[in-house]
Amino acid sequence: MKSQFQPDKNGYYGQFGGAFIPELLYPNVKELEDNYIQIIESDEFQNEYKSLLKDYVGRPSPLYLAKRLSEKYGAFIYLKREDLNHTGAHKVNNTIGQILIAKKLGKTKIIAETGAGQHGVATATVCALMGLECTVFMGEKDIERQAPNVARMKMLGAKVVPALSGSKTLKDATNEAIRYWIQHPETFYLIGSVVGPHPYPDMVARLQAVISEEIKWQLKEKTGKENPDTIIACVGGGSNAAGAFYHYMDNEEVELIAVEASGLGVNSGESAATSQLGEVGIIHGSKTILMQDEYGQIVEPYSISAGLDYPGVGPLHAYLFDSKRANFMDATDTEALTAAYELTKIEGIIPALESAHALAVLSKIKFTKDQVVVVNLSGRGDKDLETYIKHLED
Amino acid sequence: MNSIKELFQQKDKNLLSIYFTCGYPKLDDTTKVITALEKSGVDFIEVGLPYSDPLADGPTIQDSSQKALENGINLDLVFEQLMTIKETNKTPLVLMGYLNQMLKYGEDKFCQKVVDCGIDTLILPDLPMVEFENHYQELFDKYGLTNVFLITPHTSEERIKKIDEYSKAFIYVVASASITGAKGEISNKQVAYFERIKAMNLKSNLIVGFGISDKQTFNTACNYANGAIIGSAFIKNLGKNGVASIDGFIKPIIS
Repeated sequence: MKSQFQPDKNGYYGQFGGAFIPELLYPNVKELEDNYIQIIESDEFQNEYKSLLKDYVGRPSPLYLAKRLSEKYGAFIYLKREDLNHTGAHKVNNTIGQILIAKKLGKTKIIAETGAGQHGVATATVCALMGLECTVFMGEKDIERQAPNVARMKMLGAKVVPALSGSKTLKDATNEAIRYWIQHPETFYLIGSVVGPHPYPDMVARLQAVISEEIKWQLKEKTGKENPDTIIACVGGGSNAAGAFYHYMDNEEVELIAVEASGLGVNSGESAATSQLGEVGIIHGSKTILMQDEYGQIVEPYSISAGLDYPGVGPLHAYLFDSKRANFMDATDTEALTAAYELTKIEGIIPALESAHALAVLSKIKFTKDQVVVVNLSGRGDKDLETYIKHLED
Repeated sequence: MNSIKELFQQKDKNLLSIYFTCGYPKLDDTTKVITALEKSGVDFIEVGLPYSDPLADGPTIQDSSQKALENGINLDLVFEQLMTIKETNKTPLVLMGYLNQMLKYGEDKFCQKVVDCGIDTLILPDLPMVEFENHYQELFDKYGLTNVFLITPHTSEERIKKIDEYSKAFIYVVASASITGAKGEISNKQVAYFERIKAMNLKSNLIVGFGISDKQTFNTACNYANGAIIGSAFIKNLGKNGVASIDGFIKPIIS
């Protein structure tokens, strides 16, 4: 049976999705659309993808029972350790997959956008691995606040192009990447999240689905249980959440919690809580929920976390929200920082600021004592040390 | 009949169209620019609705859009401005914007306002053909509006034929596989592409856009099409020299 959370032939999840692209991009997107499923499902792809995930990325990533965290919140809290992946986050699951697809399609030049720099690093890494040319677009503001990742990309041989327009963050980096793609249709655009025109949201979700595939057997092995009661993941564009939810979306018994960044507060005017502040709109080729003004101009979002300040959300998540399949919560900058310090102090794990948003809702939920909760720890906090140190002093 | 189609019946060669951004360089320049363009002898005008995230536009037009938005332009104001010249302006206008602007404004309300302003032709670069067929064809028909489709050097022959069927005003021939921007020349590759399109003997009129900046590129484009659109080069001049410089920009191109 086909899942209701798979897009239809035009790339729609309910009313969300589609491919709203200028004619200039039609051939590129069409080529990908015609080939991606066939490539992903081929033995050749699966063998290479799985082998790289195992030996290069270090998968399976552990499912770790965080005992002291569990004690504190009165539930069984497991952390899916995507932070232990090579390059430090879940992003590499997707870039390994897409680089293999790009190679199969005969592409030699890769472009990507990045917010926190995790996707940029993961893309630069696989380009180095495959010997392909790599250009990464990154908002000027993000280049400043994520300096270590910029250095890593450069060391890996990527060209980092600052996006100088608009808010100079992820949205603008994506605009610049799409513009460059229009001018250079021979390039392969390696999108980092479940956003963009169809088939990107579905393709990226399929490549991140390895997260929930592993959770399934790991949980069974550890607890004998088929499913967790609750899965929690942070959502900017939504790729780590899509991966963590993927194999559970059709199973209504599993509670899915998506956590958005509410910055200085949902209604402060400095927020990225798209589901609460947004309305139906089109961004980066996809119809979704979008933060915009009364005339459809896209509003500049804010979050302390460079990976979550996206004014839209992937169309799958818009559908999960609209259909009430997932429960959307939010965490402010301060709540995320508090949660990051807490995890560091009681579990010895420094999480990425993005993942800290997912951890931050633990204190807002009433758990039953047997409840099995999986928090997707999407990345490690090395890149955020400067921010953490600054707030340590405060 | 569509106003641009009607124009083609009177004149089918060397048509000059100019793209400009509403509310730029000053908030109340919209109507001044249109009036000056009409006076200078431009055949039809592309009225650009400033958008925060104009994916299909180059940096010049994006900058002008950002400036116009900072000036305080919005859709209601644009419609108000256009209403004031409805009776006096005789040059056909084409409205160019992004789909999200129409979506958020309300599709029916948007279409009605466009019609009220005496406009019957739209260019929405991020409205793909399949979405047009599934969601918008009926809506536009209801209001007597026509959508202009773009073709590029990479558009397949089969797709061009389909676009030809849907085109009631003209086909926008994108000169190069690049975003808008004044490049200063037309390459042999582009000429080969123009020739390929010309040889298809399409029923629709063809207007070339993207990369047209001066008399030379305009004339080359007109050898293969019914006319051409100048955007970025015009905006650059307008930003630098203001509305008073419009006649001086246009005259050398059409003389």
